[in-house]
Amino acid sequence: MGFLEELKALFPPGRVLTREAELAPYESDALTAYRKRPLAVVLPERKEEVVEAVRLCHRYGVPFVARGSGTSLSGGSLPVEGGLVIALNRMNRILRLDPKARIAVVEPGVVNLEVSRAAAPYGLYYAPDPSSQPISTIGGNVAFNSGGAHCLKYGMTAGHVLALEAVTPEGEVVRLGGEGLEGVGPDLAGFFVGTEGLLGVALEITLRLLPKPEAYHTLLAAYGSLEAAGNAVSQVIRSRLLPGAMEIMDRLAIEAAEAAVKAGYPQAEALLIVELEGPKEEVEEEAKLLAQVIQESGATEVRIAQSEAERQAIWKGRKAAFSAVGRLSPDYIVQDGVVPRSRLGEALKEIGRLSQEYGLRVANVFHAGDGNLHPLVLYDGKKPGELERAEELAGEILKLCVRLGGSLTGEHGIGVEKKGYMPEMFATEDLLAMERVKEALDPKGLANRGKVLPEPGGRPGLEEVHG
Amino acid sequence: MAELRATSLAEVQEAVRLHPRLRPRGSGTKPALSTPREGEVALDLSGLKGILEYEPEEFVFTAYAGTPVEEVEAALRAHGQYLPFHPPLAGKGATLGGTVAAGLSGPMRERFGGLRDFILGVRFVDGEGRVVRGGGKVVKNAAGFPFHRLMVGSLGAFGVMVELSFKVFPHPRATATLRVALGGLEKAMAALERLRGLPLDLLALDLLPPATLEVRLGGFPGSLERRLKRLQELLGREGEVLHEDEAHWEGVRDLSFLEGSPVWAKVPSRLDLIPTLEGLPLGPRRYMAGGELLYVGLEPEGLHALRRAGIPHLVLKGAEEALFPPPPEAFFRKVKGALDPKGRFPLG
Ligand SMILES: Cc1cc2nc3c(=O)[nH]c(=O)nc-3n(C[C@H](O)[C@H](O)[C@H](O)COP(=O)(O)OP(=O)(O)OC[C@H]3O[C@@H](n4cnc5c(N)ncnc54)[C@H](O)[C@@H]3O)c2cc1C
Repeated sequence: MGFLEELKALFPPGRVLTREAELAPYESDALTAYRKRPLAVVLPERKEEVVEAVRLCHRYGVPFVARGSGTSLSGGSLPVEGGLVIALNRMNRILRLDPKARIAVVEPGVVNLEVSRAAAPYGLYYAPDPSSQPISTIGGNVAFNSGGAHCLKYGMTAGHVLALEAVTPEGEVVRLGGEGLEGVGPDLAGFFVGTEGLLGVALEITLRLLPKPEAYHTLLAAYGSLEAAGNAVSQVIRSRLLPGAMEIMDRLAIEAAEAAVKAGYPQAEALLIVELEGPKEEVEEEAKLLAQVIQESGATEVRIAQSEAERQAIWKGRKAAFSAVGRLSPDYIVQDGVVPRSRLGEALKEIGRLSQEYGLRVANVFHAGDGNLHPLVLYDGKKPGELERAEELAGEILKLCVRLGGSLTGEHGIGVEKKGYMPEMFATEDLLAMERVKEALDPKGLANRGKVLPEPGGRPGLEEVHG
Repeated sequence: MAELRATSLAEVQEAVRLHPRLRPRGSGTKPALSTPREGEVALDLSGLKGILEYEPEEFVFTAYAGTPVEEVEAALRAHGQYLPFHPPLAGKGATLGGTVAAGLSGPMRERFGGLRDFILGVRFVDGEGRVVRGGGKVVKNAAGFPFHRLMVGSLGAFGVMVELSFKVFPHPRATATLRVALGGLEKAMAALERLRGLPLDLLALDLLPPATLEVRLGGFPGSLERRLKRLQELLGREGEVLHEDEAHWEGVRDLSFLEGSPVWAKVPSRLDLIPTLEGLPLGPRRYMAGGELLYVGLEPEGLHALRRAGIPHLVLKGAEEALFPPPPEAFFRKVKGALDPKGRFPLG
């Protein structure tokens, strides 16, 4: 028997997809410029089936890619040509939710928001909140160490993953971490998170839940320039407040959000959202100080949500910003980079300059509290050469982030998109160490082959990846 | 016993290349981890110290691994900031590197999380003398394999840490502590469970068995009294309120309650494990972070009892075998082999 025959023997009909039309939806993720045709897609429903599939791949030397909802923006879940896609959406059960222990044990295909939904009756929630949380899966979040708007205060996914069961690329099942907040011995669960599926497939994940904040205070401030909004963030930080979230949108992003969801935002060059959260007595005090800081920051208009509905209205435009930009342009690239917060102003100015130089519009929506920029590079794929120009511009922005002492990615991961830029941020020895770890756990190089680690030849040619 | 001293990256590399088996040591506050075993050479890193970068506005600092936690905290305090995971034994001289290798957090981890939530980056020398960096120096970063998280609790197994970067936060403007006695373990456990589930943003939540809770609040002076009152109502007890509570908590995080015990251990506990633990012959102890973290003093008998019960723990002082159980072979061994192929470092 060959690989496909054995695979079909392991899975009931309908759960091994091989026909062209069935494979098409799996050919790319949210970075749609990249496409690859897999050999097959399997749809496991239990962890044992995932293990079997991985073992089979190992035996035949067939590369595989785990896939959650395919919302990766860096080509993380792009298939390997001729490889297997292990689609985990059907493994979407919350296996255990223990409010007393404040943990949830979930299958990898559980959608992020479902965890908070299930925890809500107990006054608990799952803190990491990527904007994709209504669709992205915990497995994908774990692989990418996903973030969201609340990372400064609450950290990224890694801090919220207490334990993992995973199958290594050689087919061994391992349990990493424990059920409590503390452990002894190396933090292997913490290490697995963020390795983008290169070290195995997560089968079961134990998540930390937190008590849902009692009170929120959400403020929207308008500014006459992006720089003024950026300075306001620094002033908030200097006042020793620790808001749950601080978000900035520039004029283009505001216009897009208005057009898409009629958020009712004021007309401005930049908008800043600051959200305080905590016990009501504390939030009350913090709000007084915040009001003073914002007043001194030169805001042209300030709104404060007086109800949960008003709070949601403030967030609505921000949350819709990515997709809203689609209204302004046929195509766009969502870039993700980090700069030290105090260099935000500098970074934005330079992005503006690059935008002019390349003749492409760039909308800015970002997590200002942690310096995580999301420039959206607008282009028209039908115009010859424009995609390439947009990618070059996006690349320049990344290099800028690294130059300013930041990072290539705050939350969207390296995937295939940014692996060519890894040498900008890491020295050869750093990358070799990653390769050695990969090689030790995956000697055949099967799990997510071609992701994260740069090829010796440098940047992949566009012809190759756009296939 | 032979002992080496390294005060620079180059000296660490040289030591690693020259000695087949090494055991790094910061200031020796956790002797069970830093005392060289048969055939090992101690590598003293207490001279590899100093803060390299600190931008208060970034909430980030980078320092050499041998830097005493106290020195870092003094610099942070000058800007109204602190290390929210509250590294233990700071007053005894604990270093950043030793804290990370041991994987230790203190009572205030209750508020914002532990060491693993605050470590941002590392530079270390692996078993072949190569310098490797993981993570970064910004509060948010998802690029590359997170070697910094691998260092947490590693006991030095993968390399000698040279530089570490951490996230820090503004220190609460005011603090206060409420101590209440609840008349029995069961009642205390019930209260603990209740408080854990509420959004009270407690700085610390400790159980002193059998029946005392210590709760620390931090925030604006204007809100603290009202929050204290609410706590008292929740617990149905006036308790005892400490307004000048800093010295008390310094003592707690220096584990001064363990003084006099021959064996010191950290036990990752959980609410459902506490009754079992309380049935064992344990010495002085305190459950921190809502019951998730036990520091305990033991006689040899108590240590045996922990092992027999199969309860994971880390001995900081007073025993040869520090880590129980050993890390999961399948995954650990491969990563170890990749970074320390010759088994130069602990857990070889
Ligand atoms: C509109 C939009 C907004 C977004 N906003 C954010 C944001 O705010 N913050 C943020 O961090 N990200 C954001 N993202 C990116 C994306 O949603 C996240 O990276 C998410 O974690 C991916 O989840 P997924 O289930 O779609 O995973 P996929 O895209 O299917 O997979 C992502 C990666 O995870 C691997 N993987 C999946 N499951 C497993 C598993 N069980 N074990 C091992 N590896 C696995 C895959 O191989 C792949 O490398 C956004 C994306 C979109 C489209």
